[in-house]
Amino acid sequence: MVLYFSQREIVVPGQLLAKGPYKPGNNVFNVGQNIYSTVVGLAELKNNTINVIPLKRTYVPSPGDLVIGKIINVGVTSWQVDIASPYTAILQASDAFLKPIDVTKEDLRKYFDVGDYIIAKVLTFDRTRDPLLTVKEAGCGRIDKGVVVEINPSKVPRIIGRKGSMISLIKSKLNVEIVVGKNGRIWVYSKNPKAEEFTVRIIKKIEREAHISGLTNRIKKMLEEVRLSE
Amino acid sequence: MSSSRISIRKEQRPPKLIDEEGRRVDGRRPDELRPVKIEVGVLKNADGSAYIELGRNKIIAAVYGPKELHPKHLALPDRAVLYCRYHMVPFSVMERKSPAPSRREIELSKVIREALEPALFLEYFPRTEIDLFIEVLQADGGTRTAGITAASVALADAGIPMRDLVAAIAVGKVEGQIVLDLCDIEDKYGEGDMPVAMMPSLGQITLLQADGVYTPEEVKKALELAKKGIMKIYEVQREALKKKYIELKKEVEEEYGKK
Repeated sequence: MVLYFSQREIVVPGQLLAKGPYKPGNNVFNVGQNIYSTVVGLAELKNNTINVIPLKRTYVPSPGDLVIGKIINVGVTSWQVDIASPYTAILQASDAFLKPIDVTKEDLRKYFDVGDYIIAKVLTFDRTRDPLLTVKEAGCGRIDKGVVVEINPSKVPRIIGRKGSMISLIKSKLNVEIVVGKNGRIWVYSKNPKAEEFTVRIIKKIEREAHISGLTNRIKKMLEEVRLSE
Repeated sequence: MSSSRISIRKEQRPPKLIDEEGRRVDGRRPDELRPVKIEVGVLKNADGSAYIELGRNKIIAAVYGPKELHPKHLALPDRAVLYCRYHMVPFSVMERKSPAPSRREIELSKVIREALEPALFLEYFPRTEIDLFIEVLQADGGTRTAGITAASVALADAGIPMRDLVAAIAVGKVEGQIVLDLCDIEDKYGEGDMPVAMMPSLGQITLLQADGVYTPEEVKKALELAKKGIMKIYEVQREALKKKYIELKKEVEEEYGKK
């Protein structure tokens, strides 16, 4: 059993991380008992499992994910939604309304038009067909206020923090509403436009510095120093 | 302008490709690489990018994707399509090169794609496309191998899962000697050129081409020499990928330490 990295060290694809009976976790692969990284990221050993936390990632939808999408096309019975992923999602009218509507009489543009941002949940995705979304669940629907920020989806766990610590810290200090989509889009809203703007700056800072330890302390300091006048 | 530059312009064959002391036309030893420099993230618009300088070669590689593939009927149900374009800009060589893709460039695009595909986990992104562009800004022999080297760094920078980086270098035969990293003159007037690409940690060769005539011993020696060169290039690739993040870390730590 040999480890070739220190905890949270930056590793690159093909780098030998360990030899021996370790379990290969996320973003690694093994050849026999040799474990190699597959991405540029931070290597971690936890409970005998070796993981690499990627520094950049492509969002691949998974059922149950909360995402923020942008309507790119309106059809007769469905919408096409860009979810910042290689796969364009479909939102069917039957997954958008609690009561069935008569699509022969109604124009779907009335509800969501091209360019609208929506908060939605991924219903199904099996990689052979485009993902299906639903907005029937609580908290889903069209975004009609606030701003949407886009970051790399690999940084989403850092925005949320351990058990939501980071996001609740920002929410309570700045009195803003935040919804984080798994696809890296984040909705921010506050009655105070300055708080909104500052939250966006914080999110960008977290994205930039996610791989550097002491992040929470730096964000706390930033939050303490700020003066937001109404 | 120095006399050496003029001689290159006229493309005269130097009287000797290796002198009595064993030095090559640019003063290198037979087993010596040209200086290598790799930079990561040089293009803001691309998902991943890299710039390489190998001697006088200057090459830029850009990666876009994985993204939705158009037209859709070209999509593969079980994996991503790697689209690769190797291209030399008109001013990359002494005599203007037509910007239209030549027969050679189309072939090299295919060869480079096939050298990189084994390193990529394309099956993670079925029905999508990964675009790879390699633009040669200045050419001086060995652009396909330098292109592969830069491209694999750009792919890693784009966050695409890979088994290993691919590092490549050419070896060849000049005046009966096996030499590493041929420059343009050696490539043109030497007896043989053998580009090799490898996944160094896994010890697998993904590209092996050759022109010229070699004895089995010479092939063995050439591959060993290529491996030596590839290991050096691999180290530069790894450092380049880490540098971007390590520099940011230093910057943040300094800024935070001051407060």
